[in-house]
Amino acid sequence: MSDHVVIVGAGHAAGQAAASLRQEGYEGAITMIGNEPYIPYQRPPLSKKFLAGEIGIDRVYFKPPEFYEKENITVKLGTRVTEIDRKTKTVHTDQGETLTYSKLLLTTGSRVRELNLPGFDLEGVFYLRNVGDVEGIQSYFNKGGKCVIVGGGYIGLEVAAVAAKHGIDVTVLEMAPMVMARVVDPIVSRFYERVHKEEGVKILTGAAVSGFEGKNGQLTKVTCADGTAHEADFVVVGVGILPNVELAVEANLEVENGIAVDECCRTSDPDIYAAGDCTNHPNPLLGERLRLESVHNALEQAKTAAAAICGKEKPYAQIPWFWSDQYDLKLQIVGLSAGYDQAVVRGNPDEGRSFAVFYLKEGRLIAVDAINRAPEFMMSKQLIAKGVSIPAEKLRDENINMKEMAAFAI
Amino acid sequence: MTKVVFIEHDGTEHEVDAENGTNLMEAATKHLVPGIDADCGGACACATCMIYVPEEWAAKLPAKEDMEETMLDFCDHSKENSRLACQIEVTDALEGIRVSMPASQH
Repeated sequence: MSDHVVIVGAGHAAGQAAASLRQEGYEGAITMIGNEPYIPYQRPPLSKKFLAGEIGIDRVYFKPPEFYEKENITVKLGTRVTEIDRKTKTVHTDQGETLTYSKLLLTTGSRVRELNLPGFDLEGVFYLRNVGDVEGIQSYFNKGGKCVIVGGGYIGLEVAAVAAKHGIDVTVLEMAPMVMARVVDPIVSRFYERVHKEEGVKILTGAAVSGFEGKNGQLTKVTCADGTAHEADFVVVGVGILPNVELAVEANLEVENGIAVDECCRTSDPDIYAAGDCTNHPNPLLGERLRLESVHNALEQAKTAAAAICGKEKPYAQIPWFWSDQYDLKLQIVGLSAGYDQAVVRGNPDEGRSFAVFYLKEGRLIAVDAINRAPEFMMSKQLIAKGVSIPAEKLRDENINMKEMAAFAI
Repeated sequence: MTKVVFIEHDGTEHEVDAENGTNLMEAATKHLVPGIDADCGGACACATCMIYVPEEWAAKLPAKEDMEETMLDFCDHSKENSRLACQIEVTDALEGIRVSMPASQH
C-alpha cells in the first residue's frame, strides 16, 4: 500500500502537521479533512482582532491557500469523518467517501460546551469557536445595543473588551464568585474586574443563568436562577470547551479526558497519532498527564506527531504557555498554576495596568501571570523549565531586574 | 507590493513581494519562508519571529514599542539589531530591505 497520511481536522495542529511532514521529508500523499469551509486558520484572533474587524480572513489563515497546492496536500473542506475502521485502515466521510490511510493523524480539536437552557435556539444566542460564529456576532456589533456575555473566562472577557470598544453596553454574567476563577489567583481576577469596570463593562459574579427569553424568535433577555433578568440584543456564551474524542472512542482507541497519546503523540494503535486540544498526553517537565487547550500545544504536538510518522523521535516536552489580549492588557501565562501554595505579586495590581503574579509550590516556581510584563514572562519561561525555586522576597523586589533573577535560583 | 529579502541562517535567500499594510512576519509565512515560527500569529506574545535588520535599514523602521523591546531583550539569539517581524508594517519605504534570521527561534 502506498503512503498516505490522512489528517482528520483542519485546525492549528492539522496545518502545522502537514507543514512539518513535508519539512521532515515525507513525500507520500497527505489528505486533510475538515468540517468547516475554511483551510486551517488561527483561532486566537477570532475573539480579538478578527472580531474587532481589524483584520480579514486572509490574515488569519495559518498558511496561505497556495501552500497546500505547492506542498501537494489534498484538502477536503466541509467534510466530516464519520468513522475510522482500524482493521481496513480506512476512514469514511459524510460525503460518502472512503479513504485508505497508512498513518492516521487525529487533530479533531475541541468544541464549545453548550448551554441547553430554555430558549437556547433563539436568534441572537452565539458561541465563539469558529469564523462562522464571529460573522454572526459581528452582524449585531454594527447595530449597537446590549450584549450579555455568559461566562467570565478568557473568551467571554475578550469578547466583552471588543464589544465595549464598539460602544456596546456589555454585561458579563459569571457563575463563580470571580472571573477567570478556574485559572488565576483572586488577585488577578480582581484586577480584571477593575479594568473591565473602568472600561464600562458590568460584571456580575455568582450569577447562574437559567434561560433565554425572546420575542418572535429573537432574544430579548437573559434570565438568572435568582429571578433577575438582563435585557440583551445578543448573547455570547463562553463556558468552556470539550475535546472531540467521539471518533476515537468509537474506534476503541484508548481515551481518558482526551485521546490518550504518548510523548511522541502515538495513540494505542501504532498507525494512529493524535495532536492538539483533543489529546491527553504526558508532560515530562510537569511530571503528569494532561489535556491542554492551547495553540502552543497544538503546534508543538503537531511537530512531534509529524516527526514520529516519519520514524523520528522528537518527544514533546515543553512548559505550556498562553496569552490573552483585552483592551491594552497583554496577559502572558507560562506554566500551570494548579496546586500552588503561594502567590507572589510583583508590581501593584490595585493601580495601573502592569504587574505579575508568580505561583510557587513548596518554594518552586510553577507558573506566572504577567500583565504587560514581558520581562517577567520571558524570564519565567526559562526558570520554570529548569524547575528552580526562587525566594519570594526576591521575586517581588522590583529593584532586582528580572535578568538577574536566575542568580537567586535554588 | 514591496520587495523584501529574507535570508536564512545558512545564507539561503528568499525574495518575496510583500503586501503593504501587512507585516514582515506575515510576508514570510505567506511565502513559506522557513525560519520564522510565529507561534502566536503576530500578537507580540511569543518572540518567535525575530529578524536581524542591517543598520542602514534600522532607521527607516517604526520605532520599537516597549513590549517588543522587552521581549527581544530576553531572547536567546537577540542582538542590537533584532526586531520582531510581526511588529513591522510593510510600506513603500521598505522596498528592497534585506533581513536575516537566527539559527533557531527557540
